[in-house]
Amino acid sequence: MSARQIFTGDLAVLPTHAFGPRSLTWWGVIAYMLIEGGGFALAGGAYFYLMSQETVWPPASMPPDLLPGALFTIIILISEIPNTLLKKAAEKEQRDRVILLIVLLDLFGLALLVIRGFEFAHINVRWSDNAYGSILWALLILHTIHILTDWAESVVLTALMCTDHGKEPRRFVDVSEDALYWRFVWMTWLPVFALIYLVPRWV
Amino acid sequence: MTSVEPPLEEPRDGPELDGPELDRMLSETWGDKPGLIGWITTVDHKRVGKRYIVTAMTFLLLGGILALIMRLQLARPDSGLITADRYNQIFTMHGSTMMFLFAVPVMEAFGVYLVPLMVGTRAISFPRLNAFSYWLYLFGGIMLWVAFLRDVGPDVGWFSYTPLAGPEYSPGKRADFWAQLITFTEVAALAVAVEIVATVLKQRAPGMRLDRIPLFVWGMLVTAFMVIFSMPAVTLASSFLLSDRLVGTQFYNAAEGGSALLWQHLFWFFGHPEVYIIFIPALGFISAIVETFCKRPVFGYPLMVAALVTIGLLAFGLWVHHMFATGLPRLGYAFYTAASMSIALPSGVQIFCWIATMWGSKPRFEVPMWWVVGFIITFVIGGLTGVMVASVPLDLQLHDTYFVVAHFHYTLIGGAVFPLLGAITYWFPKITGRMMGDRLGKVAFVLVFAGFHLTFMTMHFTGLLGMPRRVYTYPAGLGWDMLNMVSTVGAFVMAFGVLVFLANLVASLRNGAIAGENPWDAASLEWATTSPPRPYNFAHIPAITSSTPLWEEELPVFSGLRVKERELVLTTVVEAIPDVRDPSPTPTIWPLLAALATTGLFIWSIFSPWALVYGAIPVGIAMTAWFWPKGAPQGHKEPVIE
Repeated sequence: MSARQIFTGDLAVLPTHAFGPRSLTWWGVIAYMLIEGGGFALAGGAYFYLMSQETVWPPASMPPDLLPGALFTIIILISEIPNTLLKKAAEKEQRDRVILLIVLLDLFGLALLVIRGFEFAHINVRWSDNAYGSILWALLILHTIHILTDWAESVVLTALMCTDHGKEPRRFVDVSEDALYWRFVWMTWLPVFALIYLVPRWV
Repeated sequence: MTSVEPPLEEPRDGPELDGPELDRMLSETWGDKPGLIGWITTVDHKRVGKRYIVTAMTFLLLGGILALIMRLQLARPDSGLITADRYNQIFTMHGSTMMFLFAVPVMEAFGVYLVPLMVGTRAISFPRLNAFSYWLYLFGGIMLWVAFLRDVGPDVGWFSYTPLAGPEYSPGKRADFWAQLITFTEVAALAVAVEIVATVLKQRAPGMRLDRIPLFVWGMLVTAFMVIFSMPAVTLASSFLLSDRLVGTQFYNAAEGGSALLWQHLFWFFGHPEVYIIFIPALGFISAIVETFCKRPVFGYPLMVAALVTIGLLAFGLWVHHMFATGLPRLGYAFYTAASMSIALPSGVQIFCWIATMWGSKPRFEVPMWWVVGFIITFVIGGLTGVMVASVPLDLQLHDTYFVVAHFHYTLIGGAVFPLLGAITYWFPKITGRMMGDRLGKVAFVLVFAGFHLTFMTMHFTGLLGMPRRVYTYPAGLGWDMLNMVSTVGAFVMAFGVLVFLANLVASLRNGAIAGENPWDAASLEWATTSPPRPYNFAHIPAITSSTPLWEEELPVFSGLRVKERELVLTTVVEAIPDVRDPSPTPTIWPLLAALATTGLFIWSIFSPWALVYGAIPVGIAMTAWFWPKGAPQGHKEPVIE
């Protein structure tokens, strides 16, 4: 080196894992939330842009039936209770409790996917009918992709936690950040719910 | 919540483990397997960065060849060299290749290679994602060019406006290949953006506070955030376009409540920041080169950082100036004109700060500095014509003429390619261990600079005389003949200059003077290690006490990272205080397999919507295998990512 090298400190004393903003995983998850949140926001923008092209909204059909959407919303909100417990258990590195709660959340995810099927069946418009139908389907599919990928990730994580790999502290960081991501998934649902179910009723 | 485990009896770098013995052990840990296996499984940011750079430069050459074909066609009026249909494909391919396969990737590639070295860490964050990003980018580029060579290349312009690009006016699959190219390149770019954000915020060398980050790294950080906020717009837009074309959605179909202008809004919400995504890293190149060759820190560091951030923010407020000719409310015109003009202010701050840095110093006019001067002259001209077309009445006159072509080539070639060629010359010794030839470097500069201005200065006048863009030929006698011929001659001069640059590069690879660690006597950390750097970047993690660490008398270092496992140090976001020892992933084949599966999904979905269902299965399997830990559990008391 051009400059003289002297040792100023030792890194060996540092811990080898940490939760939240101290971990790289957290930053990766936050960055993907920004990307996907941006996608949702722009899809919402496209929704209002298309709405401004029409005189009535929905243009030629009934708004989607409220029941499946409302049910989905209630259940996904309730899922935050086990999700918070899961995040806390992960940060305390309580493996048995983590496994119990993550299995519970897998079941929540499965139930939500089934209800989502009914939402599609009761949307009351085809994607090809008009731009209103297109944007409704787009929003619902966009959100479904999030439910589906997070559910798949959660199932993989469940399997991982049940193996001996689940004893390693880094796996608890994974679970904790997965729980953080689930918050993003249900939080983005609320405006999407409003766009699909409420705005066509109010306007 | 986290217990500090007592250090285990494992070899760690430090005064006792140093020199050749440390190098041997770290090389074993951080090196790749030899041969093809190592080549396809590597997650080393330097290897991935290099192949990213080489691939992007290959696309530059391909795009350049298309430009020359267009110039040949336009050299004379009523030329019958190529048909209108082929011409449409060629200008679309030229723009798409240059923007999506060359300009953005090459800037990110330099970030991938340099940022970890400049912040003093052993590896980029999420290195497997980095490898995945490269493969996806490569496969996307190959897909587009194979389509083009088989006569299904896109032919509706690089911004693929609806309704022209919609199902009614563009039957066949040409526009779909374009739309899916977007998906490939945006996923790749977003992955790199995430890595750069995490690397810059969490992996900086201890002591590299926010106010000591090299300006190039600041530029890459701002760029990464711009990618994160802008690219979802074009991905959404092109997904809507694909679904309009494939399953009959009506997003852009005015007859069914859709809107062609929705496309333009979504596209330019991405498309304008895109220009700055290309330009801001180039500003970083300039700052690095100016600092080194003037031998003083860049004047006004806080102003420079503020200017970068301001450009990044303002870039999101002026997309509508691409749409002046579509008809807008009065207030919209006024707002976007003002916003477009205001971005000249932070750009001006940058220029003045560089001039202030040079002022009173004794700049060494090595080849990289020649490119800096070429950049300043050219970019200022491009900036001035930018202020001109920001004015609505003038824009309405000049819209879609060669004046606009001239303007944006001044900003993109002058503002990004010149700094890039300077940056290649500047960092070539770090990347290869050898210097690029001086004399040929200067010849290349003169040819490219002269050829560029001959080509594009002329186009301002062609445009003022009314020649529209994207016409495959024109009748004689409109006053455009001579100007077009001059532009064509200039283009070939420039191409010859690029050839000289490449010849110099290839010759220097073999015969260039040996560079050593720090041939330019530069101040930033990438010059504190061997040229080319070892797989582990730094033998010991450096500790920073100023913004120009290598100009200090001594470079303090930290000991204590494990050397038999891949380990790096995470620091706090603002103060860069050492916080966590973090394992770094080892090489694996899964990013390549995941990229292949994703490529299958993307290409299949051009032809069938069911690809999204069935094509997702192999992607899911590959991703799971990628994520799943490979080693025996509990084999290590401290974490390892295998």
